[in-house]
Amino acid sequence: MVKWLNVDWPTRLSTAAASRYAQNNMAAVVERGTVANNTQVDQMSLKKAVSAASPLTLRIVAECSVTKARACDLILPHSAVSTPVFMPVGTQGTLKGITVDQLEGLGCQICLGNTYHLGMRPGPELITKANGLHGFMNWKNNLLTDSGGFQMVSLVELSEVTEEGVKFKSPYDGKEIHLSPEKSISIQNSLGSDIMMQLDDVVSSTVTGPRVEEAMHRSIRWLDRCIAANGNPDKQNLFAIIQGGLNAELRKACLDEMTKRDVPGFAIGGLSGGEEKDDFWRMVTLSTDHLPREKPRYLMGVGYAVDLVVCVALGCDMFDCVFPTRTARFGSALVPWGSLQVKHKQYAKDFRPIDPDCQCPTCKRHSRAYLHALFKTDTAAMHHITIHNVAYQLTLMRSVRQSIIEGRFPEFIRTFMKRMFESPDQYPRWAVDALASVHVTLE
Amino acid sequence: MAGSRMKLELCRVAQGRSRLGVLTGLGRTSQQSLDVPGCLLYTHFGTVPHLTQDTLHTVSNLPAVTQVTLSHIAEHQEVLEEFKDGFRKFAGLHDTVLYCSLHDPAVLCPTGYTTNKTVSVWGSGGRMELTVAKFMALQKTVQPDWYQSMADGETWQSNTSRKRVRKSVDRTLTHLDECLLVHQNSQELEGVEVFGVVEGGDILEERVRSARETAKRPVAGFCLDGFQSGSMDQALKTQLISAVIKELPEDKPRLLQGVGRPDEVLACVEAGVDLFEGFFPFQVTERGCALCFDFDVSLDPERAVLKLNDDQKDTVGETQQNGDPCLDQTQMTSFEINLNDKRYHDDFRPLVEGCGCYCCKNHQRAYLHHLLVTNELLAGVLLMIHNTAHYHGFFGALREALASEKLDVLKRQVIRQRD
Repeated sequence: MVKWLNVDWPTRLSTAAASRYAQNNMAAVVERGTVANNTQVDQMSLKKAVSAASPLTLRIVAECSVTKARACDLILPHSAVSTPVFMPVGTQGTLKGITVDQLEGLGCQICLGNTYHLGMRPGPELITKANGLHGFMNWKNNLLTDSGGFQMVSLVELSEVTEEGVKFKSPYDGKEIHLSPEKSISIQNSLGSDIMMQLDDVVSSTVTGPRVEEAMHRSIRWLDRCIAANGNPDKQNLFAIIQGGLNAELRKACLDEMTKRDVPGFAIGGLSGGEEKDDFWRMVTLSTDHLPREKPRYLMGVGYAVDLVVCVALGCDMFDCVFPTRTARFGSALVPWGSLQVKHKQYAKDFRPIDPDCQCPTCKRHSRAYLHALFKTDTAAMHHITIHNVAYQLTLMRSVRQSIIEGRFPEFIRTFMKRMFESPDQYPRWAVDALASVHVTLE
Repeated sequence: MAGSRMKLELCRVAQGRSRLGVLTGLGRTSQQSLDVPGCLLYTHFGTVPHLTQDTLHTVSNLPAVTQVTLSHIAEHQEVLEEFKDGFRKFAGLHDTVLYCSLHDPAVLCPTGYTTNKTVSVWGSGGRMELTVAKFMALQKTVQPDWYQSMADGETWQSNTSRKRVRKSVDRTLTHLDECLLVHQNSQELEGVEVFGVVEGGDILEERVRSARETAKRPVAGFCLDGFQSGSMDQALKTQLISAVIKELPEDKPRLLQGVGRPDEVLACVEAGVDLFEGFFPFQVTERGCALCFDFDVSLDPERAVLKLNDDQKDTVGETQQNGDPCLDQTQMTSFEINLNDKRYHDDFRPLVEGCGCYCCKNHQRAYLHHLLVTNELLAGVLLMIHNTAHYHGFFGALREALASEKLDVLKRQVIRQRD
């Protein structure tokens, strides 16, 4: 249920319904966007103002009085999303081993698909025939698609970047694929995701030198090309991605430029690679300092529990990461005190559930010992842990949100850290610093 | 052994052979039952392959009896002994009746490891040798509702010598007697039923001997072993099964091990078999295929032919098993479609039109094809759901057909789809 103007609305709102509520309650809804200087973008905003419904509405439900954290309701075409939110990743149109019913049963309101992978298999033409990615995988809630940009880093051996776009050599059949901003948006238009990401020029966060600046500037130019190429602005939200590596000046320059564009949301990109955590958090907080308050902030590639909690405190609303689902398949179960390697011998005779306080289907029925043994016999063992890990992540975010709404987020952070680490001297330095920067002192 | 509470209540016996009825008195509380002819729920260590409880329970017609096998369990004996409360509780299987077999019916074991005193099972860590003592210790730890006695069934290969077959019959009888002795003296196994195992390879006299001797023992029912591979043709199988069944009491159930193909199931039901192991849907799933054969006998003959022509378009051109017996159980049959095939990449129909399973209600062939091409784990989950639902639906139709005297119609329909 979404509590909005002290009335309980159902969480699922159709685009029409959302716009109706928005129009009726203009005063309560924080308006989107500033008008840009650029003429082309001016025309864009005008077109948007005139168009029927905004496919994204952000309502700030609560703001932490100590940190930069917010709890919001993000109204998207398929349903409302409560933020802060962790978005599980279903790269190829499926969350590995989990049905859409199971995912929905865990309370997931939005998950990810990947443009590069789906663009290759099964391809945009087929997905269009299948009524978009929602129709193809039968997912009723929201979808966010990445642009294919990250594959430039993850598949760097196979990619080549020019002003035109990215040239990939397919690992499947050696064929060359050209992914330009226009092509990426075209594929994402076919996928029909509720949120689309611009194609950005991504460099690894460990790269330094002129390439970083080049990539930042190019990302701005590609953002404009993506905006122009979006054939579906009424139904699909295009987010910009702030780049600039670990260089504060470049980041700031990127922020200044990109926030001039009238996009419904911003992502903080180019981080969560192999960089030092100390640099990482400074770039995150710099970014949120200069992003508009009334638009959602999506920190890409972040999913470790500590990172999530800290970055919420730094002002981020949305997160995605393959880690929880990937690590599950290796038998690693996420728990409030870290993680539990179910496949290790020590759990062979441990008859407790993974987490006695966890309400997920796995913990309600199975013991560590059973799962340990099952890993030797059947793939279902992975699915049990995947379910648990997704539940863990979503429950964590729900608790974070609730604590923000109830004005006790700093206490929540302290309790969370105490549970996660054996003693205060184990607290990661970067987390202590980051939290201190938003006025939260840990013991 | 406490008085056997397992009871076979037959309501119909067709042509003196195929039986329809209910196996009652099952489970700890003796309240559960299994319709017969029926199929057990096949699991790996208590888990239906690929499925968690949520995905499993999207299937509505699941049998009340779950099968587990010592080949999966044996290596965990120590853990189960420390757990103390039996396998059912350990696996989180709350209500089901538990049947424990020796081998995994979906996998043919390596041969040559059986001795006079031992049989071997293969777990994740390799081969484990079981004596009767160890076998019974396992049963005491597992605490099933019923189990098959230890048996030497290594006669499924073609050209097994007469001497070897005779040995397997002798050993199996000895194992049975020893198991029963331990069973009768074990408090932990009070109320638990034992099935004797009939061996005999492909030799009629040995089959008869094994059946006769086993029937003399105080067992609750009979497993028919050694019919696993494709190396025995159906006619011989049927002949041997009939001969065996002639020697067995009418009022005790007969479980045929290692047979799962729909056409073979029908032939064996006609010969008097009551129970089958439900591993066939798993094998179909593992090759990326979906069961699609039609078992609806309610259509009038004309509509049935039209429907058959439609269905056959799907299987035309795909790898088909011909009439020859085949040792490779992983070979695709004509009861299924292969979702790996490129032809399905833009086929937006459900796997089987009219199938009410979760997969068919929510997904399309094109999606399943995509999942297989991209090697996604969800393919196994969805196919297992569908194949399980379809297969157990077939058994429901089989019982229906027996009840309404349409077994011949069903048999013709299924055979037509095989050929």
